[in-house]
Amino acid sequence: MRFVDEYRDEAIARKYSEQIHGITTRPWTIMEICGGQTHTIVKYGIESLLPEKITLVHGPGCPVCVTPLGMIDKAVAIASRPDVILASFGDMLRVPGSSRDLLAVKAEGGAVRMVYSPLDALKIAKQNPEKEVVFFAVGFETTAPANAMAVWQAKRMGLKNFSILCSHVLVPPAMEAILSSENHRVEGFLAAGHVCTVMGYEDYFPISDRYRVPIVVTGFEPVDILQGIAMTVRQLEEGRAEVQNQYARSVRREGNVLARQLLSAVFEPTDRAWRGIGEIPMSGYRLNRDYSEYDAETRFEVTGIEARESPLCIAGLVLQGLKKPHDCPAFGAPCTPESPLGAPMVSSEGACAAYYHFGRYKKEKVAAEARGR
Amino acid sequence: MNPATNEEMKNAKTGPDPAAGLICPVPIAEYKNVLLAHGGGGRLTQQMVRKMFLPSFKNEYLEPLHDGAVVPFNGMRMAFTTDSYVVNPIVFPGGDIGELAVNGTVNDLAMCGARPLYLSAAFIIEEGFPMADLWRVVLSMQTASRKAGVELVTGDTKVVDRGKGDQIFINTSGVGRIEPGVEIHPNRAKAGDKIILNGPIAMHGIAIMSVREGLEFETRIESDTAALNDLVMTMIGAGRDIHVLRDPTRGGLASALNEIAETARVGITISEDRILIDEEVKGACEILGLDPLYVANEGKLVAFVAPESADRVLAAMRGHPLGKEAAVIGEVVGDHAGTVVMKSRIGGYRVVDMLSGEQLPRIC
Repeated sequence: MRFVDEYRDEAIARKYSEQIHGITTRPWTIMEICGGQTHTIVKYGIESLLPEKITLVHGPGCPVCVTPLGMIDKAVAIASRPDVILASFGDMLRVPGSSRDLLAVKAEGGAVRMVYSPLDALKIAKQNPEKEVVFFAVGFETTAPANAMAVWQAKRMGLKNFSILCSHVLVPPAMEAILSSENHRVEGFLAAGHVCTVMGYEDYFPISDRYRVPIVVTGFEPVDILQGIAMTVRQLEEGRAEVQNQYARSVRREGNVLARQLLSAVFEPTDRAWRGIGEIPMSGYRLNRDYSEYDAETRFEVTGIEARESPLCIAGLVLQGLKKPHDCPAFGAPCTPESPLGAPMVSSEGACAAYYHFGRYKKEKVAAEARGR
Repeated sequence: MNPATNEEMKNAKTGPDPAAGLICPVPIAEYKNVLLAHGGGGRLTQQMVRKMFLPSFKNEYLEPLHDGAVVPFNGMRMAFTTDSYVVNPIVFPGGDIGELAVNGTVNDLAMCGARPLYLSAAFIIEEGFPMADLWRVVLSMQTASRKAGVELVTGDTKVVDRGKGDQIFINTSGVGRIEPGVEIHPNRAKAGDKIILNGPIAMHGIAIMSVREGLEFETRIESDTAALNDLVMTMIGAGRDIHVLRDPTRGGLASALNEIAETARVGITISEDRILIDEEVKGACEILGLDPLYVANEGKLVAFVAPESADRVLAAMRGHPLGKEAAVIGEVVGDHAGTVVMKSRIGGYRVVDMLSGEQLPRIC
């Protein structure tokens, strides 16, 4: 595939790997923000190409992981109603709620549909005028424009049986929350390339200045990630803290202006609870007054649902980079991808699931080497 | 004894609890209802098979959990297998449910090293299903069985009320004969074995998805559905020390390799750059957020071959129309037993795990 294969090239990857080995003199902890980047890191075994001194911690940029339990419970409650078709992105379906997940609702006869785009949910609403169609609108700034577009179109078409359960979250406030938490370990960030494709990267300059931290806007292919790490390490080694753009083939400083206009026409910032982290001020979107009639929370009166996390799960600490997944007493047992206690064990983007797979190999390698000695 | 529910029996503490005989009724305890993932070929399927079906029917022929059972018969060894086909849509680029139903069962027999002989076919048809469509299915079963050299010798037909089935479901069973000296079995994988794959992966799954409702996209990708028995016979002719054969259908190459690693308690190492994937399939997987290693195939096989025979078997495969693009993709290793490790294209290593449930597309 052109424009993709170039960024998965072994020779180029090796070049950046060697470069990172060459410039690293001290231990550094770098956080990749986005779950998509975590996925690439795991899928291509990037950690095995880095010097021991570099520690990658996986950030909160996995929408599946940070959607609060209460919101899952609301989705489950809405999907269980006989008059509702709930449409959702695929990997939200297996996220455990307090009692069950959306796949279980489907198995019990609930109308739960997996869609690739919120506009497909709109189509379902048009085709099923006797049903209420609810789209589970989760995700970061990346999915927000398409979700905004669905609501915007619904209003223009006068579609009354469509609404969204809105749980949008925003990256920059989460980065600030991490940097202002005590004992955080993060010394540099790989910012999420696709979030910046939409929003640009103006917001990162004050963060980089205030917390003296390098922020490198980074793409999603293995060569992107390695180059992003190399740029971050170089800044750290040279004592610089700047905003740089590794992902220039997709990201402009001002972002996608049309998408941003649509976002501000439909949404407004709001305080938002993050699973495992807690409430972060102005860290999410909700529908603004012009579009509030499309809010499923009020339409189905589920605003009262509150939920408690499993006391065993340390997902919050993991998502802030304070703990590694295997520091968790529940990691591997009883918490596994088949029966996850917390969301990071669910999605392949989730840090715990990633460690569950990759860490096992490392452990076995160590054991094998010990046997060999 | 009067019928009583489990609950009543437990409460009364009289009579045996039918669930008590199970070693570990995990699927019952954790899941009140059957989920789609229980049929997805991943870990949940495996749990259900190992913890519910296996202990319930325990016998020496079922226990190996091979693609088919190998049973003795009049001094010969026969392979016996069954499979149900519920594909939606029933006609897809490159084939239809009828062709699949013949090829799939023929392949299960071939993966035991058997020469397929006879098939049965059972149809469960939804009331109102167009007769013309049934003809199409039947004719393609006819063509497929001729091509594979098997005879369909018995069958059954049931029609269910409209809405109680999804157009047509087909079950086929098959028997085949295993020649003396052929010993093909997942637990025979051993360190040093070369792993050979006969061509590009993930075509069937993506072909199906390209025409599935709500997901249609334009593509030239066709299902790879094919009967592999002739290829297998060619391979066996080239080298008798083929240890394992497996067709990576539902759950894809990753699940098939994991099952073998687990059954034989061996480690498997594969190289990403040796695994062929069609450019369009790659593109579709990128867009859909799927990993081609977990996408279904219907005309692919992996062979675990003793290293000294690998070249000969590979050459024989390349001379066969269904093995032209065959390649060694990896080998069985002495460490990390039970685990499949892949060298990524950029030289990193990762574990290729079994899927926990259905493969769910990622959000972003």
